[in-house]
Order: sequence, then C-alpha cells, then structure tokens
Amino acid sequence: MGIDRRGFIRIAGLTAFGAMSNSVFDHAVASEEITEEGLVAASLKAHRWAMVIDIKKCQEQHGCTKCIDACHTVHNVPDYENPKDEIKWIWHETYEHTFHEQEHEHLPEHLRHLPVLVLCNHCDNPPCVRVCPTKATFQRNDGIVAMDMHRCIGCRYCVAACPYGSRSFNWREPKRWFEENDVDINKSFPTRTRGVVEKCNFCAERLVKGQIPACVEACEANAMFFGDLDDPDSEVREILSSRFSIRRKPNLGTLPQIYYLL
Amino acid sequence: MYNSGKIIIGLLVFVLAATFPIWYNAATGQSDEYKPDPKIVVDTGYCVAETNYMRKAHMDLLNDWRDRVVRDGERFVNVQGEVMEMSLTNTCMMKCHWNKEDFCDECHNYAEVSPYCWDCHLEPKEVE
Amino acid sequence: MLEKAFYGDKKYWAWLSFLALVIFVGLLFYLRQFNEGLTITGLKRDVTWGFYIAQFTFLVGVAASAVMVVLPYYLHNYKAFGKITILGEFVAIGSVLMCMLFIFVDMGQPFRIVNVFRYPTFNSLMFWDTVALGGYLLLNIVISRVTLSSERKGIAPPGWIKPIIIISIPWAISIHTVTAFLYSGLAARSFWLTAVLAPRFLASAFASGPALLILIVYIVRKVSKFDPGKDAVQKLAVIVTYAMSMNIFLILMEIFTAFYGNIPEHMRHFQYLFVGLDGYNTLVPWMWTSVILAVVSLILLINPKTRRNETVLGFACFFVFLSIWIDKGLGMVVTGFVPNPLGKVIEYWPTFPEIMISLGVYAIGIFLITVFYKIALSVRERIA
Repeated sequence: MGIDRRGFIRIAGLTAFGAMSNSVFDHAVASEEITEEGLVAASLKAHRWAMVIDIKKCQEQHGCTKCIDACHTVHNVPDYENPKDEIKWIWHETYEHTFHEQEHEHLPEHLRHLPVLVLCNHCDNPPCVRVCPTKATFQRNDGIVAMDMHRCIGCRYCVAACPYGSRSFNWREPKRWFEENDVDINKSFPTRTRGVVEKCNFCAERLVKGQIPACVEACEANAMFFGDLDDPDSEVREILSSRFSIRRKPNLGTLPQIYYLL
Repeated sequence: MYNSGKIIIGLLVFVLAATFPIWYNAATGQSDEYKPDPKIVVDTGYCVAETNYMRKAHMDLLNDWRDRVVRDGERFVNVQGEVMEMSLTNTCMMKCHWNKEDFCDECHNYAEVSPYCWDCHLEPKEVE
Repeated sequence: MLEKAFYGDKKYWAWLSFLALVIFVGLLFYLRQFNEGLTITGLKRDVTWGFYIAQFTFLVGVAASAVMVVLPYYLHNYKAFGKITILGEFVAIGSVLMCMLFIFVDMGQPFRIVNVFRYPTFNSLMFWDTVALGGYLLLNIVISRVTLSSERKGIAPPGWIKPIIIISIPWAISIHTVTAFLYSGLAARSFWLTAVLAPRFLASAFASGPALLILIVYIVRKVSKFDPGKDAVQKLAVIVTYAMSMNIFLILMEIFTAFYGNIPEHMRHFQYLFVGLDGYNTLVPWMWTSVILAVVSLILLINPKTRRNETVLGFACFFVFLSIWIDKGLGMVVTGFVPNPLGKVIEYWPTFPEIMISLGVYAIGIFLITVFYKIALSVRERIA
C-alpha cells in the first residue's frame, strides 16, 4: 500500500492545485524537483556514516560532558537520575566495561576507570534490525540505524539483541518529566512517548539540514570525528589509515561503525 | 425454539439500547445544534494542499510526511515555490494553525478521535 | 455443547468466582500499568525482559507438551491415551492464550500489536513465533471441538480431521523451537547463545506438561466420575521420567561446555545462577531449590516402585513441575541479561503489581481450562 498511497497523495495534491490554476497554487511543483535546489542541496549525505573517537584526547578533558549534554538537550532525553528508568543516547562508560574482554588485572588503575564515550554503533550488520518484528528499527542507505517511534510496539527484542547496551526503553512518560521538573523542551525535536525504544540516531535530523552531529559539534577537544567511510578522502578515512583503532566486540560480526583511538 | 418469547424481547431491548444515541439525538435535536468550526488563526492564504483535500486526507498527508522524514531521510517539500519543512510542529502549527484547541481539537473532539501526535510532538503552546 | 458450562455444582461456581476475582484484581493492576507505564514493574534499562516473558516461555512449553498425548494416540494408536488427549488439547488452548496475554501485558504499546501483521518482517523470529502460536491455537480449537462433538454423538470423528491432527504434531514442536530461537539467535547474550536451547526447551516442556497433566487427572478423578485410567497415568509417568532425564542431561551439557571450555562470557551466567556474581545472588536459593527438586523427582520417577505408587508419583510430578518452573519461569530469561553485555551485574526481581498482573493472566487461563474441562467431562459422564 505504501508506494501506491504515496503516489496517490502526490497526484491528488497536484490535481487539487491544478484545478485552481488561477490561484496561489499555480506554482505548485512536485516535491522531486526541489531536491536539486535550495536547502536540500545543503544536506549532508554519505554512503556510510561513521565516527572516530579519540579516547586519550577525550580523557584529557577530565570529566567533560559537553557532548553528552549537547546530545541529550537537543534530543529531549530526560534525566531521571535513577538507573532503573534511565534513558541515554551517549554516555561515559569505564574502559573495563566498554572493552571488558580486554580487561586484565595488571591494567593501570587510571586506564581501567578511563571514561570511554559509548553510543549506538550504527552497525553495518545490525542485530537489532534483524530481530525487530515491525521494521520500526531499520538501516538507512547511509548506514544509520534509525528508529521509527511511530511504529515501535515496545517489545524490547532489539534491546535484547544489542551487544552494546545502546538502547533505552521508555518505562515512563517522558513529557511528564519535563513538565514536573520544569525543564525546557527543545522546540525543534519531538519527545518520545511511553513504551517505545530509543537510541542515538547519528543526528539524522541535523544531517538533513547540513549540520554535523550535536556531540561532534560540542566537542572542544577535537576528540570526535564524523564522516563518510566510503569517501577515501574523508577525515575519518585519513585517521583510520594512519592510526591504531579498535572497535567494541568485533568478534560478534556486527561491524560496528564507531572506531576508538587509544 | 425454547423461550422464543423471552429471546425476542431480549433482542428488541438490545437493539433499542445499542441504537440509543441515535434516538436520543434525534429526539433532542442535538445533532443539528453543533458543527465543528476549526479556526485557521493565521491565514497565509494558502496551505500545503487544497482545503477540501486537507479536510478529507490531512492524516494521509501527515503519515506520508512522517514516513518520508523518518524512513526515507527526506525533509523538505516544495509548496508553490516555497521550500517547507515536512513538520507538524514547525510548518503546520507554527506557520498557520498555532492554536491546537481551536483548530485540531475542534474536529477531533467532535469526531471522537484522539490521534497520538501530541504524545511526542509539540504544540505551539508548549513551544512558547 | 457450550451450554454444559452453565450447569455446575456449588464448588464449580465457587472456583470460577474465585478465579474471576483474581482476574479482576489483575485487571486493576494492569490498568495501573497501562496508565503509568512498565515502570511499575521491576524491569529496568539493563534487564528489559523479566517475569512476563519468562511465564510466556514456560507456558509455550506447557502448550507444546499436548503433543505427548496426541502423538502416541494418533501415530502409534496407543489406546490408553484415547480418553486423555482432549484434556491435553484443552490445556494447550488455555496455555497458548496465556502466552499471548503475557506478550500483550509485556508490550510498551499494546494497541500497536497489529503492526506485527501490518508490516510483516520475515527476518524477525518474533513474527514467526506469533504465526506459530496463532496457528497452534487454531489447530487445537478445531481438533478439540470436532473430536469432542463426534464423541458426544457417539460417532467416529470425520476423516478430514486426521491430517489436521497429524499437522498439529510437528506444529507443537515448532512453537517451542521458534520460541527457543527468539533467544538462541542473539549473539549479544551468551547465556542463550547455545544450540542446545531448543532441545532443552522441548525436553523441559515434555517433562513439565505431562507432569501437570497427571496432577490434573488426579483432580479430575476427585471432582467428576471421569477417570482416564491407571494405564494412561503410568504411561505419562514414563514420559515425564524420560523427558526430565533428558532435560537434566542437556543442562549438564551446557555446564560442561561453558566450564571445561572455560569461556568467561558463558561461565559468568551460570555462576550468577548457582553461586552468585560480584556479591549478587538473588536467584541462588531458587536455583538450588530447583536442583534439589529435580534430583528428588528423578529418584522417585526412575525407581519403578515409587513411580507406580500414585501418591508418590503425584509428589514427583509436583516437584518436576516446580523445578522446571523455577528454571524457566525465573532463571532462564532474566539470567540472559545478568551480567549485562558490558559485564555489569544488575539484578531484577518482579514487583508486587507485576506478580498480580501475572496471577491475573494465569487465572484467565485456568478459568478457561476449567470451563473447557467442564464441557468435556459433562460429555464424558453422559456417555459413561
């Protein structure tokens, strides 16, 4: 039904405009035509978005949370201050938990507790997408693993399938939290409703307007890099080909697209 | 048939009870009294589509926008040469219909439908 | 035929009223969950499936186990099960309905459940599980209805029902296999990531289901004049014995591979279950209770003298049922999340509202099974 309905709406819309040929609707054009002009041209596009995080540079900022704050403010992520209902898109995890198969007893204390930024890995082979019974979570052509909150039934199968703990479920009504705590809601992004799963979306809503992800923009330490892995001249490709990098749980075959520099 | 009398009376009572709202409104004339009157608030002289179409199918248009934004990664639509964001809050409500109660709710309440849009999306009042 | 459900003695009505009360209380708590969200359960960010999904998993097993009476009767013509198949099928119907309700109460957006069919996703095992369970429910409704009504008329069931019954046998295996695949296909959760999970689920199902059926036969004998016979009970007891032995055997296989192979990610879950991990040990007493019940029941079942004693057999069956309920209904699902993929131990325990909602769902299932049995037993008593 999807394509037919869409086609129908375009035609129906145009016919309606056409019927009023002397009115202001005169100039109506099909939406396809604008992809070549104006704002659309400015949107950031890629074949494979990826992120590189420099752990060392990040750690030198000693407890800086600018990227986390930026993300959670932009995306209206409530702060319940309780780990049970907690929702997080990007957060600090200790080295021993982020790379816990790499942990050993002679690891220096500061390394063990080294804060590492973690977020959705936007895997090339995402298990969450594989298990979702409604395609509410899906992979876009540019590699972003996205969520359609309108469709999510809240079964939490994707949460069970994610090997990185990147997904959060809305146990409570998030809007109520904003009201009760008198926290401002970002006007340009919706909140979520109770009973759906959410996670980092690589700022898809910003990319389409030509902006880089909020966390990367907020990072003043130059510790986060974002770009197209399919573009051999991109900054991320340059970094990855010149420095040693690791990924979380590469053995699971999920092909995570967040790369860490040590 | 056993107890046919009782069954027929029972059926009659059921049919009367189930159709009660129709009798009631017909008797009191209430259905004629009230007609929803959505107010546009800011009349820019145009809409993203023709009024009759919007009246009938605004939900289809919004669903279409939703799928294109969320699933296809599109964002903008061209309406008579003006590039607009496909956005319930930023386009429909902020530009023209910024009073949800007088516009959206007017018909939705009358038709007894409660779309879940505003569980997440903001109405201008919340944005202010 | 259905009208038989409306004629019963005081005890029957008292029992149904009691169940209705439990359902009502469960419904009240569900309304609260519906208004406030799943936050009123013990579920949390790191343990997103718990008591509801565990009961679902356990009951899929009970539903599938009907095949243990259907198969010997229809494929091997084992006459002693002739009178008991209908009882097994009714338990299956009640169990599948409870499974569906447990999924429903676990959902964050229950009214969107139609999305599973609006956007069918063939690569999701959740989709296939829905199909398998729905089909199994339909098969059992058709089969039990047709066979019982021909029994009432004193004629042989129509010929076309036979192939449907034959289909229901592999279908029963499939519902529990697909349910196991929900878990065993997740690379993220090493506790579930084992090829032995589906066979283990089936073995535990074929032990707990028939054990329950034996206990039900005991109750049926007390409350009605109908008796499926001593032979049927003894044959069921042998099935329970074999299945329980297989179940224990498969669990030991798991433990061997995890510990001799010395894989930390696999061992840590078993450590959490049986000795506790990083100081967290909520499930430890439960799991040892399950182990002791399993051992005692096996001794009572394997020894022919104790197995043939119907009183002792009753206890053995109760122990089997309880042992497997603890293993599947408490340990299996939760431990997949503990420790979490980051290696942190974050424990889970159901809350009071969660348990009341679960009891409500169980009461709905038992209510239906009671009514179905009432109909079946009235037909049987009239014939007898």
